[in-house]
Amino acid sequence: MNVVVRYFAQLREARGRSSETCSFEAGITAAGAYAALGLPAGLPVAYAVNQERVPGTTGLEDGDELVFLPPLGGG
Amino acid sequence: MIALSDTPIDANVVTDSVRSPRFGAVITFEGITRDHHDGRGVTGLWYEAYAPMAVAEMERIAAEISARWPGTAVAMVHRTGAVPIGEASVVIAVGAEHRGEAYEASRYAIDELKLRVPVWKREAYADGTAWIANKVS
Repeated sequence: MNVVVRYFAQLREARGRSSETCSFEAGITAAGAYAALGLPAGLPVAYAVNQERVPGTTGLEDGDELVFLPPLGGG
Repeated sequence: MIALSDTPIDANVVTDSVRSPRFGAVITFEGITRDHHDGRGVTGLWYEAYAPMAVAEMERIAAEISARWPGTAVAMVHRTGAVPIGEASVVIAVGAEHRGEAYEASRYAIDELKLRVPVWKREAYADGTAWIANKVS
């Protein structure tokens, strides 16, 4: 299944791009996708699927938009 | 008025958007980019946002303010891109009948924004850059 993944801040820099379409095994979770993509371990990210914040244990579905949220710095 | 802006924010425009003849108190909060952080000189700042979610989250915060302090009005604009030292990275205006609820709602808006709105800040120094996380209290 295909998931659109968007990257921001240090994850955008680590990945060298701001978005991509990734193919994952069915049943993968948001946190599982983070690990599968080899993104920096130890960064306390939160997860958003289709613009809603979700736990890392949330299962992904074909066509989802997945965003990893590194620690926020707004304000 | 809830928005992101890649150009300087006019605080007067944000403030005027919440003025009303029924409001006896209007508070404008400006978050300003500083020239130092933890004792280190900052030469420039860069903000990036997950735009659709940032706007949606600011709208949620505004809705919470309307529910908690009925009859108030709130406006929030956050800057994106390069922000020179001394300019506003965020402007929040609250209009209320009385000052008490205006101060409370203004504080709530900036505190929740820093916790929840997907915006990131990169500071530049003489010798490098770093992504700066808000302190979670």
